[in-house]
Amino acid sequence: MPHIPVTCEQREAMLRAVGCEALDDLFGDIPAEVRLDRALDVPGGLGEMELVAHLRGLADSNEPAGGMVSFAGAGSYDHYVPSIVDHVLRRPEFFTAYTPYQPEVSQGTLQAIYEYQSMICALTAMDVANASMYDGATAFTEAAMMASRVTRRHRVICAGTVHPEWQQTLLTYAEAGTLEVTFVGAEADGVVTTGADGALASVLQTGDVAAVLLSSPNVLGNLEDVAGAADLAHEAGALLVVGANPLLLGVVEPPGAQGADIVVGEGQPLGSPMSLGGPAFGFFACRDEHVRHVPGRLVGRTVDVDGNAAFVLTLSTREQHIRREKATSNICSNQALCALGAAVYLCAVGREGLASTARACITKAHYLRDRLLETGRFRAPWGAPFAHEFALAFDGDVTAMREAMLERGFLAGVPLAHTGPLDHTGIDRALAETLVLFAVTEKRTRVEMDAFAEEVASL
Amino acid sequence: MTERLAHTPATAPARGPRRLIFETGAAESRCVMPPELDVPAIDLDVALGGAVRTEPPVVPHVTEVEIARHYAHLASMNFGVDSGSYPLGSCTMKYNPRVNEDAARLEGFAGLHPYQPAATVQGALELMVGLAEALAEVSGLPGVTLQPAAGAHGELTALMCFRACHVDQGDARARVVIPDSAHGTNPATVAMCGYEVTTVPSDERGGVDLEVLRSVLDTDVAALMLTNPNTLGLFDENILEITRLAHEVGAFAYCDGANLNAIMGISRPGDMGFDAFHTNLHKTFSTPHGGGGPGAGPVCVTERLSPYLPGPVPVRAVDGSFEFAWPERSIGRVRSFYGNFGILVRAYAYVRALGGEGLREVSEQAVLSANYLKERLRQAYDLPYDRTCMHEFVLSGSRQKREHGVRSLDIAKRLLDHGFHPPTVYFPLIVDEALMIEPTETESLEELDRFADAMLAIAEEAATDPDLVKSAPYTTPVRRLDEAGAARNPDLRYRREE
Amino acid sequence: MYPSDLKYDKEHEWVRLEGDVAIIGISHFAQNQLGEVVYVDLPSEGDAVTVGEPFGEIESVKSVSEVYSPADGEIVKVNSGLADTPETVNEDPYGEGWMIQVKLADPSQLDGLLSAEEYEAFVSKEV
Repeated sequence: MPHIPVTCEQREAMLRAVGCEALDDLFGDIPAEVRLDRALDVPGGLGEMELVAHLRGLADSNEPAGGMVSFAGAGSYDHYVPSIVDHVLRRPEFFTAYTPYQPEVSQGTLQAIYEYQSMICALTAMDVANASMYDGATAFTEAAMMASRVTRRHRVICAGTVHPEWQQTLLTYAEAGTLEVTFVGAEADGVVTTGADGALASVLQTGDVAAVLLSSPNVLGNLEDVAGAADLAHEAGALLVVGANPLLLGVVEPPGAQGADIVVGEGQPLGSPMSLGGPAFGFFACRDEHVRHVPGRLVGRTVDVDGNAAFVLTLSTREQHIRREKATSNICSNQALCALGAAVYLCAVGREGLASTARACITKAHYLRDRLLETGRFRAPWGAPFAHEFALAFDGDVTAMREAMLERGFLAGVPLAHTGPLDHTGIDRALAETLVLFAVTEKRTRVEMDAFAEEVASL
Repeated sequence: MTERLAHTPATAPARGPRRLIFETGAAESRCVMPPELDVPAIDLDVALGGAVRTEPPVVPHVTEVEIARHYAHLASMNFGVDSGSYPLGSCTMKYNPRVNEDAARLEGFAGLHPYQPAATVQGALELMVGLAEALAEVSGLPGVTLQPAAGAHGELTALMCFRACHVDQGDARARVVIPDSAHGTNPATVAMCGYEVTTVPSDERGGVDLEVLRSVLDTDVAALMLTNPNTLGLFDENILEITRLAHEVGAFAYCDGANLNAIMGISRPGDMGFDAFHTNLHKTFSTPHGGGGPGAGPVCVTERLSPYLPGPVPVRAVDGSFEFAWPERSIGRVRSFYGNFGILVRAYAYVRALGGEGLREVSEQAVLSANYLKERLRQAYDLPYDRTCMHEFVLSGSRQKREHGVRSLDIAKRLLDHGFHPPTVYFPLIVDEALMIEPTETESLEELDRFADAMLAIAEEAATDPDLVKSAPYTTPVRRLDEAGAARNPDLRYRREE
Repeated sequence: MYPSDLKYDKEHEWVRLEGDVAIIGISHFAQNQLGEVVYVDLPSEGDAVTVGEPFGEIESVKSVSEVYSPADGEIVKVNSGLADTPETVNEDPYGEGWMIQVKLADPSQLDGLLSAEEYEAFVSKEV
């Protein structure tokens, strides 16, 4: 049997040592009624060569976006991952280790996560970042719950322009817990209005709001007025939670500088493969004053008995293994290795490379949008500022267009309707059906974009 | 001179800390830069409506060799399963097969975008359906969601399904019953799901106290959450009665599957009367722990609860192709997309390598190895529940504390000098000075004996030279930490010297 | 270890009565059981406390304990210094490590508390 080094002979000796005649004797405590009296019907027993052939067969029957000219985004992006990232992640000392509860033999993970936390704080312009959450959607939801704990209020206002899957996650948790969610959709220009006469301001006036939740860029690619939302929220005694794209923060103004109280997001752009949507990680950052309300693990710097600098999991009394039902969250396992990968990614691109990469994505997205508008097949429903992703209305059948382009080797963006229910976005249903989201990463070339525009025009 | 036991492998860990990556490199250092722009430059300030960053974020600027050296140094200060025995109770630190790592990185998996048309991800869907079918068979519960990212996430998902089902029946309930030996995630999950916790004590044999259970169960109880085998490493002999009692008052029975490694192919949660069950793929199904994650916590449920599972779920269509579908009464999503797919690939590879027969052998060996270690250590340490154990067992260091002032934490730290990762200590909470040991099936007899020898040697050291144990470890990259200082004055990020 | 001019309760708080104001902290035994105190979470001046109900929390590195009020009343003063130096609770539990001062609603509620001798006998059984 693979991975069981004990031999048959040794097994017999071990059985004798524990006073058993047969393996079955070890399971005497299990009542006969619940003993499985047959073999498990699970196919297997493949040797490594057969297994590789089988897995490769499954993999090969997919047509990965990574092998196409892809303009798909909506939460998962086809960025270049520097070679060094996976080489570090493949080090068994990192990937085969458990949670660093024994700091004396976990300094590698601990220091790497401390550095990761520092980088997330730097990107978001916040004081504290935790060691990661499951993904952007759950980080967003945990932020809403944290705001509720901080303010002792139960109602949150969520922008309808937040990714529908984040909305769904928030609603699932809210349904089961104590949060009440009110949505405010886009009023004009594909963003939430932050004027004194807008929907956000009027809902806030009803009082007792724990947090305003939005993301910028939003699901349409548009940049929200974060500073304006922060002012409105703070006036009402609510916190502002902002979902952000960490890669874009290389050049985009950080939410921390715009008044956000909690900044969260999907970390996938920082060195995680798309991998059908997971695993990547969620990042979570906030202000110092709220550190004791943070969900999840935190790594801190301290010293050992010899006075050497050392790192350790800290402020653990917030967590489930100590505070149990009063914990700030039930999260235990997080996405540490992906967070470590993000730290390596940020080192690899560096301060300049991060800015250049973000600038390249944004510049190319603006180029593609112009080319697509020139084809005459697309229409821009609004003119709000955007970064590396934008939505255009197509003048024909979106599904047919995508299929036709797929045959030509292009993944033609993501139909907005595929991102989830659009009820809260505030966008007219008929318009929403025609909208396609296009994301452009630094990997796309002018040649590819020109070819794409040309092919779409010819349909 | 204090005796410092030799765990000094050929590649000795770098002693002492490494400076932060922020303090490495120089402003002109570059590693991987994107190509020159091949489209006309634009005015970012205009494009972004003025939302432009004025100060660049303080991320490092280093060259690749500096990155490689930095992380090589950090790695050398870490202990993983490849470094040696890792008998961390309740965590199932088994070997992580390398072929699984390769599989998850195949471009045909890693390169998939979550919103690709289903027709272009048939192999991925087939894999997910195959894994779900295997988990359904192992658990005896037919409905499966692969979406939860971790065990605690799975617990929450299941409780949400219970709540939705009760609410559908106009039967909303307020409490969840948990034994005192439960993992902390259980009560934390209950609170997140808006329920109150009722704790039931364990009886003298380490199982659920039936009498107390009967007294707390009523029609206000939504669920009973149980780990079976439990955190003492014991299979609850009354399991059928326990789940029957829960059902009698209309409550659901939930099985925390952290300890599935003991019973694969031997006993199934569904057959024990559980309505829902989560399994940690990063425990039982050999996917790596990654220094804390990512894992995956799929949930298996009865047919009655299947309509409530989070969507979308991968299914086999009538024509034999695969697609995503939404369960009829779904609670919604519990995260983005479909789950930690890359982890699912690894677990699937493990299942296909072992098959039903192999999975049973895993459990048999895991249980035998635990009992073997227990036998070797029973004289030197207290054994509060002296029964045949499952895949793990709990010793108590109370004798060492009483007689020599040596605590279980000291024993754990001293094990580091002997070259082993310590067991879980101080859990479960109901055992004084608990030492929870789970060897897993992937340790050889030689390693099991070396671990037992080390534990016996430490028991001896505790008696003859307690101070030696109390000040351990000596050979690790850093020694005991000032954890109180870390908590009193939190330093949670690098601050550039002004 | 247990000053005789104080009264104690079975949750390990001590009380020093000064007029109708009770000064409240935790006992030497309690701080020793907790280990190094890293954080003390206290209510605000003006808040009400209720006999037998928790009014604050004390954290060590790996535990959280609630602190209970031995009487009803209104908080007139909080030891704000503990925010920066929680270790004072370990170093001087009966002096600088006090937590709150409460203007008592009914001083007779303290009559049932333990004397130093009774408390010492009580904790000797807890070890």
